[in-house]
Amino acid sequence: MSDLLSQVTEASHDVLPLGRWVNAGVKHLLDNGATVFDSIGVVVEKFAQWVEMGMLALPFWLVILVAAAVGVRRLGWKFGVFVALALTLIVVTGFWLQTMVTLALTLSATLISLFFGIPLGIWCARNNRVNAAIRPMLDFMQTMPAFVYLIPAAMLFGLGRVPGIIATVIFAMPPVVRLTSLGIRQVSSEQVEAGNAFGCTATQLLFKVQLPIAMPTIMAGVNQTIMMALSMVIIASMVGAGGLGNDVLASIQRLDIGLGFESGLAVVLLAIILDRLTESFGAARKSSES
Amino acid sequence: MPKPKISVRNLYKIFGNNISEALKLLGEGLSKDEVFAKTGHVVGVNKVSFDVMAGEIYVLMGLSGSGKSTLIRLINRLVEPSSGSINIDGEDIAALPQCDLVKWRRKRVAMVFQSFALMPHRNVLDNAAFGLEMAGTPRKAREDRAMEVLRQVGLQTYAAKYPSQLSGGMQQRVGLARALAVDPDILLMDEAFSALDPLKRVEMQSLMLDLQREQQRTVLFVSHDLEEALRIGTRIAIMEGGNLVQEGTAHQIITQPANDYVRRFFEGVDTSRYLTAADLLDPGLNGHSYNGGPRLPSHTTLPEAMKIVLGMDQPVGVFDATDRLLGCISARSLLVKMSQEARHV
Repeated sequence: MSDLLSQVTEASHDVLPLGRWVNAGVKHLLDNGATVFDSIGVVVEKFAQWVEMGMLALPFWLVILVAAAVGVRRLGWKFGVFVALALTLIVVTGFWLQTMVTLALTLSATLISLFFGIPLGIWCARNNRVNAAIRPMLDFMQTMPAFVYLIPAAMLFGLGRVPGIIATVIFAMPPVVRLTSLGIRQVSSEQVEAGNAFGCTATQLLFKVQLPIAMPTIMAGVNQTIMMALSMVIIASMVGAGGLGNDVLASIQRLDIGLGFESGLAVVLLAIILDRLTESFGAARKSSES
Repeated sequence: MPKPKISVRNLYKIFGNNISEALKLLGEGLSKDEVFAKTGHVVGVNKVSFDVMAGEIYVLMGLSGSGKSTLIRLINRLVEPSSGSINIDGEDIAALPQCDLVKWRRKRVAMVFQSFALMPHRNVLDNAAFGLEMAGTPRKAREDRAMEVLRQVGLQTYAAKYPSQLSGGMQQRVGLARALAVDPDILLMDEAFSALDPLKRVEMQSLMLDLQREQQRTVLFVSHDLEEALRIGTRIAIMEGGNLVQEGTAHQIITQPANDYVRRFFEGVDTSRYLTAADLLDPGLNGHSYNGGPRLPSHTTLPEAMKIVLGMDQPVGVFDATDRLLGCISARSLLVKMSQEARHV
């Protein structure tokens, strides 16, 4: 009986060799698309370097001051105090540099995701066929276990920041595509008619009517993309992306629970600050509208 | 005879992808339902023709699904006509290429919507200036003009507020201001006051009539409310199932309704105040019954006629503009007529 079972499972492994096809596909890309991937890699690397240099050039007290000021302005003095304390805690535990590297990675990946995601979302909103084709791809991108992207990314782009950022972009882009499309589709037909009735061109209709009205929804998508990017750049330390992820990874390898807690805490604090601040940009607009 | 401002001829709107097939069947005399059964195409507007004079408020009335909202959208081509012509100032709007259509919409025509359709991210001033902004008017000029129209609709102190901070009635004033700001010859109003409570609705109708007295625009007004139509309409057109079934002044519609569908609109509406002495003649009396008693001009309204007739025990003569005797009214004929009208209420 158990013999039969093992035969079937072994057999079924061979009936549809999906994994081998994927391997062959990636190998094909490696053999034939090296120049393309190399040039993409150079561009991403330059961009990420530039963002990281910018972040690291800022003195820590200035970052804390600005973040706390924005916190006070958007969400009140309580949140401002929280931001100041949280960031100071990161400084005094000695994780400032790594936190800034992680923030820079998150920002690079988010900006690239928005650069491609928002136009893609607009396209989905305007074309039902595109929407039908892209939706399952988005589901796939979002639900595939995040680690899995790291393998082809590392094979195609080598180790370091670039495969980390590319894998993060793939994982973090779906929400902003989805919510851009949703936001534009939710603009009422009479609002679109009003735009047309008053002589909008197609471009004016998009930029003066549809995108501004969809903005709170799009901002919710941006918020989700940032949060997913942050979680992914930590995992991307497995391909050498750097930042706080390195410390988390080291703590696992060394079973150093103290290091794990400290670096994990820095990630949590950074996540809370990013989440609340970006959320406030979408929510403030919503409350003035309802 | 003055030339009409808007002249619509044989206008069709068919929803579906084989429009020529459906048009052919309609041309062969098939009904809208038969066309739907054969081709699955919905006939939204079925061979409608009408004229609107400059300065007129032309009300399109009908129940939901009668095609009135589609018809008004055909005029500025928010909905593309399937066939027919829309002649405005000697230009066929139905044949205008897209770029000219955009220019025409910016200058000559504006629209007010049932749900207001304001832009939530713009304040009241920027909402009112929306049409001018699209047309590329410089900031200062468009804001001055927007402020001027906000003053006309009584919202000058709300310029910096956002639509969500205003009540429904105020929001629709902004909608009206946005339309007036571009100084259009033609104003399209789609159930513009239907979403407002009855008091606000009457208030907006009065504002509309006041503005109309000053500026004399050509207005196409869609409504399902007969009282509104009677109050503001110069002429009323009644639509049923995509067809225009009757067109005329309030008085014509009330005294000679074309069919039961038209009559049904009168239910619950006091139409007696639109009757004139000419409608109240006693069929049992002729010119000879008039024995020199009081005289009434034929356009005297029912309440005025009542005051005079009920005080007399002899028939009252009704005379037209050329002083010709039309007939007589007696207290009896008045009561009969009023009881007939009361049946609608």
